[in-house]
Amino acid sequence: MSDDLLTLKAGSNLEKVLSAGKFAVTGECGPPKNADGRVIEEKAKILRGYVDAVNVTDNQTAVVRICSLVAAHTAQLNGVEAVMQMTCRDRNRLAMQADILGAATLGVRNILCLTGDHISFGNHPEAKGVHDLDSVSLIRMYKDMRDEKRFQCGEEMDVAPALYIGCAENPFGDPLELRALRLKKKVEAGADFVQTQCIFNVPRFKQWMEEVRALGLHQEVKILAGITPIKSAGMANYMKKSVPGMDVPQEIIDRIAAKDKGERQQAEGKKLAVEMIKELAEVEGVAGVHVMAVEWESAIPEIVEAAGLMPRPAVT
Amino acid sequence: MITAERKPFDQIYAMTEGHDKVLVAGCDTCVAICLTGGEKEAEILASEISIKAKEEGRELAVEHTAAIRQCEWEYLDMIADKVGEFPLVLSMACGIGIQSLAEKFAPKLVMPAVNTNMLGMPQEHAVWLERCAACGDCVIGLTAGICPVVRCSKSLMNGPCGGSHAGLCEVVGPNGEEIECAWALIWERLKAQGREELMFQYRPPKDWSKSSSGGPRKMVREEAKPV
Repeated sequence: MSDDLLTLKAGSNLEKVLSAGKFAVTGECGPPKNADGRVIEEKAKILRGYVDAVNVTDNQTAVVRICSLVAAHTAQLNGVEAVMQMTCRDRNRLAMQADILGAATLGVRNILCLTGDHISFGNHPEAKGVHDLDSVSLIRMYKDMRDEKRFQCGEEMDVAPALYIGCAENPFGDPLELRALRLKKKVEAGADFVQTQCIFNVPRFKQWMEEVRALGLHQEVKILAGITPIKSAGMANYMKKSVPGMDVPQEIIDRIAAKDKGERQQAEGKKLAVEMIKELAEVEGVAGVHVMAVEWESAIPEIVEAAGLMPRPAVT
Repeated sequence: MITAERKPFDQIYAMTEGHDKVLVAGCDTCVAICLTGGEKEAEILASEISIKAKEEGRELAVEHTAAIRQCEWEYLDMIADKVGEFPLVLSMACGIGIQSLAEKFAPKLVMPAVNTNMLGMPQEHAVWLERCAACGDCVIGLTAGICPVVRCSKSLMNGPCGGSHAGLCEVVGPNGEEIECAWALIWERLKAQGREELMFQYRPPKDWSKSSSGGPRKMVREEAKPV
């Protein structure tokens, strides 16, 4: 047993895998836009055994869905550990603390702290965005709950939630020179792991990792590189043009577009994802991959298998 | 300054339904400077209402007036006689002026002819940009004189989100207008000031109790009260 394993913060499977120095794989599962919880059960069953944990999104793209707390619990009941996403857009500090206490009682141990997509992108653009905290102060709030047994207001609590605290970072967002330093700020606030924005521009990602290593951050935080398999050239074009913070080089789009639409493009997208996982796994400081197959969860097992990442480690 | 935009004419005209006399009351301070609700704009709106009523063959007496500032009792005294003649007043002042007028002459019916929208600055002629949220706890000493509360679409306090691109926010305004990324601006100015370290200091959750989250605010300057 490594020294890291003796000092687990939450004891989640994801934390154990990463602390043991194993290359981690996380997936992503978007809850449905209706009250049919079976959708989450089905997605969890597809991913079971192929990922160390699955992110359960929190009203992603500012569209109402089954809440991440219940969806995370449902995923765990179906055999996949959850990374519960939590955005600052829809909750104030009372709700964000209440939900994490509730999540902890249900055994949810991984939490991903996000600012959240802006409310104007979603299906209720007339709603009031909360933004009481931002992702950095959210990380600190959860760290203080866990380590200091204190609420944000300073009051003490008897039983603290055991949390493995994650954050996101976008190596492709501007100003580029701030991106590694911003991760440092999140690490100082208390982030244990980070999942990056989807990587398509590998040279830029490698440059960011160089900056991250220069700051010594790869020693302090587990870095999971974000991978999104491209399902079609149309999707790649959409991401390039319409998804904020995405950097999709034209040659990637051209490579997918060179294949016939449908299964051929899907196969090429999966092949590209596998190649990228293999390349990124070689980058010093990358501790795992986060595979975000948007409404294409069924692609994950094949990609993980082809990338040589099976079987997933059993760390006790 | 406080800025406001006139409501759509049909909405304003509908407020006059059932009345035969209406006064349009402008304010010659903030809303006059933003070309929305000064005496001139009050006169124009009064004319428009009058013309529309005539087209409909409706008996409607429409006049206009303006206070130097609708938000101060003494300036409202100066238009009291005129206001007294009308059962309905359409105010073109900001929300403060409209409420002052309504309170001064209660229970007279006072309706808003404008939407008060922001504390803004005139960036260029006929263009105003929001600059202050009146949050009650100013942080711009730490952010190079640029307010992240109101100029960052997510009111972030710890630097830019992942949606900053080429100096622009991922969010576009309601009319498709580009929004500058406040944190990109802050970073550039901090660099120019040689105060980059401020970007990397942790900013704790903001105290919103000093904003409207704490309920309606009241300011009292005891030392300035008359003895």
